[in-house]
Amino acid sequence: MSELRFEQVSVRYGRSTVVDGVSLVVPPGEVVGLVGESGSGKSTLARAAVGLAPLHGGSILLDGEPVPLRGRRRPVQMVFQDPFSSLDPRMTIGASIAEAMPRDLDRSARRVEVARLLELVHLDAARADARPAELSGGQRQRVALARALAARPAVVVADEITSALDVSVQGTVLNLVRELQRELGLSMLFISHNLAVVRYVASYVAVMHRGVVVEQGPAAQVLAEPAEPYTRDLLAAVPGSTLRRSHP
Amino acid sequence: MAGVDGIAGVDAVSDPSRAGRDPRRASRWAGVVRTPLGLAAVVLTLALLVLAVVAPMLWSADASAVDTDDILAGPSAEHWAGTDNLGRDIVLRTLVATRLSIGLALGATAIAVVVGLVLGTAPLLLGRRAGRAVVAGVNVAVAFPGLLLALFFAVVFGVGATGAVLAVGFAGAPSFARLVQTLVAGVAAHDYVSAARVAGVGELRILVRHVLPNIAEPLIVNATIGAGSALLSFAGLSFLGLGVQAPAYDWGRLLFEGVGSLYVNPAAAFAPGAAVLLAGLALNLLGESAAKAVGVASPGELSVAPRRRRAARATPLPGPAEPDPQADAPDLVLDVRDLHVGFPARDGRVEPVRGVTFAVRRGEAVGIVGESGSGKSLTALAVAQLLDDLADVRAERLDVLGEDLTAPGGESRRHHLGTSLAMVFQDPMSSFNPTTRVGAQLAEVARHHQGMGRREAMDRAVDRLAAVRIDDAERRVRQYPHEFSGGMRQRAMIGMGLMGSPELVIADEPTTALDVTVQQQVLDLLQAIRRADDVALVLISHDVTVVGDVCDRVLVMYAGRVVEDLPATGLTTSARHPYTRALVAAVPTMDTDLDRPLTVIPGRPVDPADVPVGCAYAARCPLASDRCRAEDPPLAGDGTAHRVACWHAGDPIDVDPGGRPLAQVEAT
Repeated sequence: MSELRFEQVSVRYGRSTVVDGVSLVVPPGEVVGLVGESGSGKSTLARAAVGLAPLHGGSILLDGEPVPLRGRRRPVQMVFQDPFSSLDPRMTIGASIAEAMPRDLDRSARRVEVARLLELVHLDAARADARPAELSGGQRQRVALARALAARPAVVVADEITSALDVSVQGTVLNLVRELQRELGLSMLFISHNLAVVRYVASYVAVMHRGVVVEQGPAAQVLAEPAEPYTRDLLAAVPGSTLRRSHP
Repeated sequence: MAGVDGIAGVDAVSDPSRAGRDPRRASRWAGVVRTPLGLAAVVLTLALLVLAVVAPMLWSADASAVDTDDILAGPSAEHWAGTDNLGRDIVLRTLVATRLSIGLALGATAIAVVVGLVLGTAPLLLGRRAGRAVVAGVNVAVAFPGLLLALFFAVVFGVGATGAVLAVGFAGAPSFARLVQTLVAGVAAHDYVSAARVAGVGELRILVRHVLPNIAEPLIVNATIGAGSALLSFAGLSFLGLGVQAPAYDWGRLLFEGVGSLYVNPAAAFAPGAAVLLAGLALNLLGESAAKAVGVASPGELSVAPRRRRAARATPLPGPAEPDPQADAPDLVLDVRDLHVGFPARDGRVEPVRGVTFAVRRGEAVGIVGESGSGKSLTALAVAQLLDDLADVRAERLDVLGEDLTAPGGESRRHHLGTSLAMVFQDPMSSFNPTTRVGAQLAEVARHHQGMGRREAMDRAVDRLAAVRIDDAERRVRQYPHEFSGGMRQRAMIGMGLMGSPELVIADEPTTALDVTVQQQVLDLLQAIRRADDVALVLISHDVTVVGDVCDRVLVMYAGRVVEDLPATGLTTSARHPYTRALVAAVPTMDTDLDRPLTVIPGRPVDPADVPVGCAYAARCPLASDRCRAEDPPLAGDGTAHRVACWHAGDPIDVDPGGRPLAQVEAT
């Protein structure tokens, strides 16, 4: 179990500051939900943690040490939003998963590990030779989770992993996230714009708005007694929350 | 939008394609030989290659046999195209020259491809700064005409075959490098490349494993076309005396010699000329056919805009077409009975919409929910007449705003539907023309459909943007779509629909691409429009909670059928179909019990090409019995507005001892 700590992190693209001095802690073995609208900088913060966005200022620490953003060993892994784009269409899902494994494993060890990971995400191990096109969106997203786990990460960053899925499939992925997190004691940064989803998986919640974290704390507290008006707006916008409100 | 006829090029059939983005690669390459043109190109190219191999073996000696008694002779039975100034047979020489001509062309193409690949992939490998320099260099090189470069290199490398190969090869490299750069940039933007980077995979390995395999098809196609033009370039260079030098000879050299005696013996120039033409044609056609088969756009190819088509009147089916109970109401804006939408498929016909019946009253909001592939979007597109020519739409009745769409329609119907039916799509970016100002696009609707003047139409556009709560509409009409945020674009899209005075708005997943906060604004807006002008709304979504927020009535679709039709207020309390109940339970809300797993629906949606006998949902249903698997339940009313298609409607669903209702882990 590891702790991921963002300290005064800033990211700039050209002259616009997308993330502005964000400090955030993902405690060991906990899930932190990061919510906010598009353009709030939440995805950029996630990408910075895995080296896909350049840091302009501040630091990202894993158990007190800077997160390695180059080289083979990458203890922070990411699951992307669109399962149709995040798996190479020409590679079997087994090959995609094996790619993220530590290099020192030999061929047969990799095969065993692929089978183990597929079972872990509730996919048939015999399907390692399937290509992404043969899988549904939810199944692909589970393969993407397995690939992230193949790197034996200390922390997993999940960036809107259910927003490209049908709601009927979303539940499967959310159940899996909770199950994996509990079984493996993963530390996780879970990004979503849907508060009901975040509420279901996260024990801590941070709210981002225009590049700044405006509110953070235990999920139960932030969602029940939001201190910021922006958090209240987000809460009011959760689908279904208006079911009581607007019927003629 | 707004005008139903106003949107061309909308990917109308998006729903089934989302279900399977399978490239079917092998069969696509095989598709090259399926067209007569492609088959001819393949045969011709193979013949050329065989000739290139065997011709010099068979005829090399004969082709260089000097016969001083018979120089510059015309065509005869012995020498079909006559002889040259040393009495050598021209046809044989042309045949033998195939190897050198083709070999040079392929050699030059290989150089162009290799140099192009190196330059084209360099930006990925070198990082941002050095990469930018390479891109700039290639851009400058592309600006020079190829022939000019070839002549330049021919002078640099010296006259002769080697110089010509290098010249043509290097001259072709910049455009190839540009192509590779573009393709690489496209693939590199995919998340799987990011994912590989995050996994610590090196750039070179990413290039070899992820990028190159995914750009191979267009590269091969363009290399083939490139070989055709290289062949022509060689003919040109040799003809100018810069290419192959005697005693060696290729087609260009033969052409050069033949032209010298053009007035004595035209056939001497004709034979090598025809060879160049045929070979160039074969390679180019092969490339073009391959491009068509594997789906690479080649310049100059026109895409056919989808034409509107009329729905055929279906013969009434015996069985489950019981009309919507409110179909007798006097103020219907939409009356659909037994709607079928089919598409031609490899083995016959698939039917993603299989008999949908519903009606919408004036001012009513009806939601249609279902998973991807349930046929909900196709139903809407069929109503809006936006399906392309491939779609086969049949209905017993398809009345939209009083127009019978199964009857032949004319200009007046287009006009009527154009102003009174509005359609809102999921992706507002692709529904606007990116190169035209938003105001002009809105104004066009009013000018086209209502015959307004330029000034009047623009005023209306400003007014409508204000009506959809876009601040500072005066300024906004002069902006381009990319200057609008996602939510604002979607509101502008709705504003476009309001340019006329719509009686029916069809919104297909209007908020799926938007954040929850913005989603709420758009839904509120649709609600307000409906209230203000008594506009009917058909809202399509995969999220049952979104639909429940806005609509009066909800139609739940599964496998191309409506399985339940119920009041929106009853979604959480009185839904009777097990599928509806599962859909509602699957969505986490702010009240979801955190100690239990979320409800999931096991299995996968039905493939429209393989619809089972009986109830389509039976395989995923906890209540399924033998009857369900044998007999498809009809959509039957219970006397109220509630209709359901289920043999076990409302039966209690067992909760297993683990406390997981409905089902647990999705089967794979």
